Amino acid sequence: MIEFDDVAVSYAGESSGRGGAASRLVLSGASFTVPEGELVLVVGPTGSGKSTLLRCVNGLVPHFSGGTLHGRVLVDGRDTRDHRPRDLADLVGFVVQDPVSSFVTDTVEEEIAYGMEAMGVPASAMRRRVEETLDVLGLADVRHRPLADLSGGQQQRVAIGAVLAAGPRILVLDEPTSALDPVAAEEVLATLQRLVHDLGITVLVAEHRLERVIHHADRVVLLGDGRVSGLLDPADAMRHSPIYPPVIALGRELGWSPLPLSVRDARRQARALRDTLRPDPVPAPPTVTGSSPIARVTGLGVRRGGAVALRHVDLTIGSGEVLAVMGRNGAGKSTLLASLVGQVPAVTGRVRLGDLDPRRATPAQVVRRAGMVPQDASMILYAESVAAELAGADADFGLAAGTASAVLDRIAPRLDREQHPRDLSEGQRVALALAVILASGPSLVLLDEPTRGLDYAAKRRLVEVLHELAGAGHAVVLATHDVELAAELATRVVILADGEVVADGPAATVLSGSPAFAPQVAKIVHPLPFLTVDEVVAAVGEAS
Amino acid sequence: MTLTPTLPRLLHPAAWWVWGAGLAVAASRTTNPFLLLLLVAVAGAVVLERREVGASNAFVPFLLVGLFAIALRVVMVALLGGGVTGSTVLVRLPELPLPAWSGGLRLGGPVTLEGILAAAYDGMRLAAILACLGATNALASPRRLLRYVPATLYEVGTSVVVALTFAPQLVEDARRVRAARRLRGHTGRGLRELGRLAVPVLVGALERSLHLAASMESRGYGRAVRRSSRSARLGGALTILGLVGVVVGLYGMLDATSPVALGVPTLLVGLACAVAAVAVGARRDPRTRYRRDPWGLPEWCVVLCGAVPAVVLGVAGAQAWEGVNPQQVPAVVPAVPLGLVAAILVAALAAVTAPVPPLVAGLRARRVGA
Repeated sequence: MIEFDDVAVSYAGESSGRGGAASRLVLSGASFTVPEGELVLVVGPTGSGKSTLLRCVNGLVPHFSGGTLHGRVLVDGRDTRDHRPRDLADLVGFVVQDPVSSFVTDTVEEEIAYGMEAMGVPASAMRRRVEETLDVLGLADVRHRPLADLSGGQQQRVAIGAVLAAGPRILVLDEPTSALDPVAAEEVLATLQRLVHDLGITVLVAEHRLERVIHHADRVVLLGDGRVSGLLDPADAMRHSPIYPPVIALGRELGWSPLPLSVRDARRQARALRDTLRPDPVPAPPTVTGSSPIARVTGLGVRRGGAVALRHVDLTIGSGEVLAVMGRNGAGKSTLLASLVGQVPAVTGRVRLGDLDPRRATPAQVVRRAGMVPQDASMILYAESVAAELAGADADFGLAAGTASAVLDRIAPRLDREQHPRDLSEGQRVALALAVILASGPSLVLLDEPTRGLDYAAKRRLVEVLHELAGAGHAVVLATHDVELAAELATRVVILADGEVVADGPAATVLSGSPAFAPQVAKIVHPLPFLTVDEVVAAVGEAS
Repeated sequence: MTLTPTLPRLLHPAAWWVWGAGLAVAASRTTNPFLLLLLVAVAGAVVLERREVGASNAFVPFLLVGLFAIALRVVMVALLGGGVTGSTVLVRLPELPLPAWSGGLRLGGPVTLEGILAAAYDGMRLAAILACLGATNALASPRRLLRYVPATLYEVGTSVVVALTFAPQLVEDARRVRAARRLRGHTGRGLRELGRLAVPVLVGALERSLHLAASMESRGYGRAVRRSSRSARLGGALTILGLVGVVVGLYGMLDATSPVALGVPTLLVGLACAVAAVAVGARRDPRTRYRRDPWGLPEWCVVLCGAVPAVVLGVAGAQAWEGVNPQQVPAVVPAVPLGLVAAILVAALAAVTAPVPPLVAGLRARRVGA
């Protein structure tokens, strides 16, 4: 169905002004053939060329992106050299990472019909196909709703429906679930699974959060250092892959064979393990010591755009705590973080950073107490180069020159100071934003969805940095969908639903008890109270 | 309470816009306050009766803008004087002497009843036109109307739709960037800060446009438009002829020295050519449209309801019928010509001839059942 024949992609020399016009190779040696009806997962670290590979399939590379394509890509016999993306639209459906940015119209039904209108599908056939698409994707209830009112999972399904309605045989998705909460992600993946199994559609998908997709995949393509593997069996691929989800990590550590890909397989293999391991008493979370808490929220109620975003939230954050705030998209996580730095007004209750009211204080005062890295880290980066950004941070906070730079060296050594912040990888950008925020030494560090787009290696480094911060007496609050990150990092978890706190307690208790938010390891060793691979491995070492 | 047996559905947006334009034209032809009030009442009644649940209610904000326009006009006339100089002095404001070259302008001085009334009537006319537009917006959003631009203008229509979506997103972006600016310890206020904010907002907007363009490209936008070279040449020729005709015609009409024979006919021929070009272009367009609203008897009825007051008041204005433009010096209570009232009331029939919108129908059925 899709044939890559020794494909390589290169772009003309880098634009940062250093050095000549040597072409930069993004991808090379891609040779594989995807048969019809397979779900192929593209796996690789950040910046390894996953998006580029996917964009080759419908000709966006090179027709839209520029650059040079070597070799040949054949899609159902059509060569992407002489077929532009629009000529392949009836064959390949391409779903971008952020569905909102791909919407042309403003209601569900019109969005689904849009592609067919452009292709000139007769009105009666179009009507029928829209109905079928609404049914396949379970969108019939929201057909007349404005796209902006939908949840993240629904928006992603509309984006899939919008390309699916034109009747393509191939669906290409770039990170379809990375912005979604676990439940919404499951919704989208179940839809994909149904498309593959019931309709025989070929699916090519790239995803960072392997724990969500690996067990759905029929085949895996590994990318690393610009090299591309052939089509591999998922278990084989995971044995060698540089990035892997916790379930694989556990299997690798304990030498399980065959390597389990899903929680269900792993539970079968873990039967003996569960019997031998003694349920360790849950380590008591570091209690907030007598000193006054870093932040205190009492009876906080916030309205946003008419709706209640937070309702009577009480929270005390002490020094050394790492607090993970979890919950569905739109449950009020970001609003809670924003109120901690005084960006949204409280209707009821109050927020205090020590003795400071962040609403009344000047931004300069707030920054010294609480620093936040927003969801899109590039929002707080303005300069033309990393070096200028760091110098700017020193100037902003009135610090000695080189302070921010020293912080960055601790978080991400070897970051090229001449690069433009927008050219950095997602992980490097978060590191830079974090360095800027940490430079002024706030006692409370807030991170909104920090691992969106981070691979496991970048995530591990982030975890180390945050652990170090907590050890040094900072308090860290992160709003996240990433249950594995919360399991690794959090000492305490708060779950929000509909603006209310529905659970607040030590990470081990809250996470292992929840079906949606339990990390893979907790599901595998349930009912034992382990959350991470390291904990299990340590316990196994003790037992033997 | 429909007269015609139609199932609940949305009326074709073009019908509502013709109806609304008819009301606006009627309003622009008269300064009789009673007729203008009646026009606004008719527009409001139809909105109450036939606005779909969840559609934006543009009627109220437009009405408020209209009221503001009346107030502004009255205050300006009271302060600066106006074209109408009456004899009934209401109050005498302290007058500021202005140099002779300021012409008829004055600051302060006598405020006359006639002047105030004339200003109020004028303001009311503008307010009524705005109210008619607001009502049309509430009945059929401009977005729905945009789906019916001729195929030749498809690209223009798409850009307008995209722009309509982008504008609010840009505002949202600016808000987020400003909030982020506070995280760096700045207030985000002041001129220098504004420059700082502009870069991320613009970069963000550019990136979003690129994403959208990629998405549209991969969904087949601009795919092989079938065109024979003959019809393409015909379309091109008609477009150029039409444009030349319109320009020459407009010149002829506006230039008092050129003969009337040059102006109006040339303009008409030019317009005809332009319409023909659009039609020729539309015929060779292979794109199809999803779920077009049908154009049936209710649409014709609504169009007719809007046309009657426009035509009647247009004729009345041209022939200076009694009561269309009430006498202003001296001030008297304007007469209310029953014929014109009847013509305006015809527009209210749209509330009956148009089918009930589906969601409204559902709500009413539930209310009756409960």
